[in-house]
Amino acid sequence: MNYPTDLKYSKSHEWVRMEDGVAVIGISDFAQSELGDVVFINLPEVGDDTTAGEPFGDVESVKAVSDLISPVSGSVCAINEELLDAPEKLNENPYGAWIIKVENVGDQEELLDAEAYEKHCAEEKG
Amino acid sequence: MKLIFEKSVAGRHCDLLPKCDVEYVEVPAAFKRETAPALPELSEVDVARHYTELDHRVHGVNCGFYPLGSCTMKYNPRIDEDMAALPGFTGVHPLAPADTVKGCREVLDTAAKYLCEITGMDGMTFQPAAGAHGEFTGVLLIKQYHDKRGDKKRTKIIVPDSAHGTNPATAAMCGFEVVNIPSAPNGCVDLEALKSVLGDDTAGLMLTNPNTVGIFDENILEITRLVHEAGGLCYYDGANLNAVMGVVRPGDMGFDCIHMNLHKTFATPHGGGGPGACAVGCKEFLREFLPASVLMQGKGRLQVRAFAGNFLVVVRALTYLLTLGREGVPEAAQNAVLNANYLMQRIKGTFEPAFDRICMHEFVLDLSEFKKETGVSALDVAKSLIDYGMHPPTMYFPMIVHEALMLEPTETESKETLDWAADVFRKLYELGKTDPQYMHDAPHHAQIGRPDEVRAARQPILRWQKA
Amino acid sequence: MSYVPSTAEQRQEMLRTVGVQDYRGLYRDVPQQMLLDRPLDIPEGMSEFEVTRAMTAMAAKNVVFPTVLRGAGSYDHYIPAVVKSIPAKEEFLTAYTPYQAEMSQGVLQSIFEYQTMICELTGMEVSNASVYDGATAAAEAAAMCRDRKRRVTLISGAANPDVINTVRTYCYGTGDELKVVPAKDGRTDPDALRELLGDGVSAFIVQQPNFYGQLEDVEALGKLAHEAGAMYVMSCNPISLGILKTPRECGADVAVGEGQPLGMPMGFGGPYLGFMATTEKHMRKLPGRIVGETVDSKGERAYVLSLQAREQHIRREKASSNICSNEALCALTAGVYLATMGPGGLAEAAKQSMAKAHYLCSGLTAIEGVELVYKGDFFHEFVTTMPRRNEVLAELERAGILGGLPVEEGLLWCATEKVGKAELDRAIGIVKEVLAK
Repeated sequence: MNYPTDLKYSKSHEWVRMEDGVAVIGISDFAQSELGDVVFINLPEVGDDTTAGEPFGDVESVKAVSDLISPVSGSVCAINEELLDAPEKLNENPYGAWIIKVENVGDQEELLDAEAYEKHCAEEKG
Repeated sequence: MKLIFEKSVAGRHCDLLPKCDVEYVEVPAAFKRETAPALPELSEVDVARHYTELDHRVHGVNCGFYPLGSCTMKYNPRIDEDMAALPGFTGVHPLAPADTVKGCREVLDTAAKYLCEITGMDGMTFQPAAGAHGEFTGVLLIKQYHDKRGDKKRTKIIVPDSAHGTNPATAAMCGFEVVNIPSAPNGCVDLEALKSVLGDDTAGLMLTNPNTVGIFDENILEITRLVHEAGGLCYYDGANLNAVMGVVRPGDMGFDCIHMNLHKTFATPHGGGGPGACAVGCKEFLREFLPASVLMQGKGRLQVRAFAGNFLVVVRALTYLLTLGREGVPEAAQNAVLNANYLMQRIKGTFEPAFDRICMHEFVLDLSEFKKETGVSALDVAKSLIDYGMHPPTMYFPMIVHEALMLEPTETESKETLDWAADVFRKLYELGKTDPQYMHDAPHHAQIGRPDEVRAARQPILRWQKA
Repeated sequence: MSYVPSTAEQRQEMLRTVGVQDYRGLYRDVPQQMLLDRPLDIPEGMSEFEVTRAMTAMAAKNVVFPTVLRGAGSYDHYIPAVVKSIPAKEEFLTAYTPYQAEMSQGVLQSIFEYQTMICELTGMEVSNASVYDGATAAAEAAAMCRDRKRRVTLISGAANPDVINTVRTYCYGTGDELKVVPAKDGRTDPDALRELLGDGVSAFIVQQPNFYGQLEDVEALGKLAHEAGAMYVMSCNPISLGILKTPRECGADVAVGEGQPLGMPMGFGGPYLGFMATTEKHMRKLPGRIVGETVDSKGERAYVLSLQAREQHIRREKASSNICSNEALCALTAGVYLATMGPGGLAEAAKQSMAKAHYLCSGLTAIEGVELVYKGDFFHEFVTTMPRRNEVLAELERAGILGGLPVEEGLLWCATEKVGKAELDRAIGIVKEVLAK
């Protein structure tokens, strides 16, 4: 399992990378592995607001659906449309396949660094 | 095998209608269809053989053992089919004058009377077409009750986390906020968890008893009392009624309304997914809220579909009830419970039950240890059963048990069948230890190998298209 | 009789294996004061022969009319013999939902074929595997069209009252608003529709042909809905789709309807069949089961229940519908019916129904005192005034004819391909006689 150290993570398994004040958000390697083969993703529209701790979309595997929880409040400035046609990229390259970008970032959830997140995953896995 | 469209031959057809003996009328151009639908063009023998070929690729409960937990796959008696096919029932228009449909009314009234007696309810409707539809109907009774009293703050429905997925989905369809409460380790309601969420915003509780792991909740009277004290109502999901009919009544457990799946408990066939039929019963104080068709009974009530429900399914259920009668109803329940316990005992020692105690009409095997040991999952076992001509049990439900297989043999299986089934499970337990790969690859002798569900979902092909 | 095969000795042996003395031991978790301490107050069980007699006696208390001139949501079309025999086959009849694809290819393929046929009838790209009936199909369509911003549903006042009330009930459930667009001269009033449409409206539902049998100007109504940003839902009679423009051609986003005319008996109202189809764009909003094509582990074509993440057993309270059991066997029936009739047979049933309704209409309205109420084009239903309505209906009933349905304006008549000219003439003659008295 891969936990890049240049990213921050939420307890609900999203990763965040800040790029010039814009939050780039995706799901972690752990998340994609727990979900299994992702078959579909529901994305918000550019211009929609996100609230820290609230869902902004969801991902479907064959037998499960999981909310995507926004780690930050702000407004969506880009969505990765490529994922609509090729959701499998979330499995193949979870840290390359960003999902949304959020600008005007306000509130943030409590975010973990790679080490703390790895520990969190280990606990969850039991 | 070929699709029916791939067997079509242009110009072929069946001639079934008489010649038109009045003058045709031209369809006005603005409404006229220019291209005919590409339906298959076949002779009657083509149709008969195609569907017979398909029929050979179907496993029904009347073909063999079908221990699908929470679905009550009992034998579907043929006499029920004969009665539902009587022209005196099939040929009746739902809006025919009242004095010409007395027989249909008698069917509905008689079935309602018997089911009220079996459940301890006072009123009954057959309008809903299936279990989930009945849940919707029942929870709407609760909603109307609070609304009529002007009690607008009751916005929450409590659902245990072991519940069928339809329960929370139903509560949401009725505009309620769903409060999930964790179950105690034995799958029963955690009284402390229940108390902590009850309040003056509680509209009601939805509960299955016996619950979804096949255990009768011994605190049931306390549970319904607590909900009532908080001002909420209690809804009984009758999916598991087969364990207790004629033995103990939901009305006596303190429930205010209930749904029954006639296609489970009362032996009407599932038809490959439907039609079911559902009876929703309620206590006297909720009767005024039961649904009714505007066309049949005039304005003033809500309704959940057109007309009076899946009437011909009710005919089957009544035929079944008349056949069983006062001794047969509890006898069916008792033997459903006996069969489940017997099968559990016979399998025990290999695959282990999640709860090692007397169960009701179904029980759950927990294969998580077995999987750790052998790598063989509940899914692998399920798929291996197919090679023996046994329909797999319900898999991965309820979600509170990992690697769950849920078995409900029903009362209509003989001891010989149960012994055979137990032997098959035992064989697979051994096989898992010696040749797990064989089980990962199962089934080996089925109509198809395991289908690629990921591909089906990622690149949906949902209809046939001409090449 | 309870269909329990085990003998008394076997039951005792099984009880011993379980480790209890008797049945009471099996119910030891049940608070003992709750156990029913008396026999159920229902009759003793009966033999198969006695049950047959009892049920047959009930059926005999109904009147089965040889001639049916009433529709209003339930239609008396001819049902070919093969359409009755195939769904009665033991395997199709007694299978559960095809969750285990490896033993259910027959059911799955039949549904895949059904979905294709519904797409062909409606011009749509995706169909589900059925919902309960036409009324719930309309209600489910209303739900699938809603989003966070658009919550209000509009429905034509010329739709079937049972459909309107069902949609109203579902809206009451979720707390959303339903507004009924008034009808004018028996058809949806476009001016009223224009007025009611607005930013908050998610969908407009129209019925074609409508409750009064009238053909609505569906293309114009659809344009109005779309101009206001609402989705357009058409509820259609499937037989009429043999000769009428498809909902897709008329601009609909969702096509629904009551599938009963496709080979199901009137059966006092059920089981019937709700069909639902939509465009690819809205595929994932469609409720209920959907069968998809894929390949198996050997690379062979195979069918599975697909897109399940939309459904209640996965999405729970976030699912847009709670539907689980549907009307699969009715969908199979409709599939067999459509395969048997073929495109030609379906069109013929539609044309004959239309022709016979028009013949009946001419005959009735030639009688003094009987007027056609709504003058627009119609398919196989129409409304006439009817003086001494009850007398007329009673006299028809005596002759084995179920006359038109009493509605506010008079009688709502219907004819299908099953009624011949002689029967129609007889009905017209009886009305004439009664009114001449």
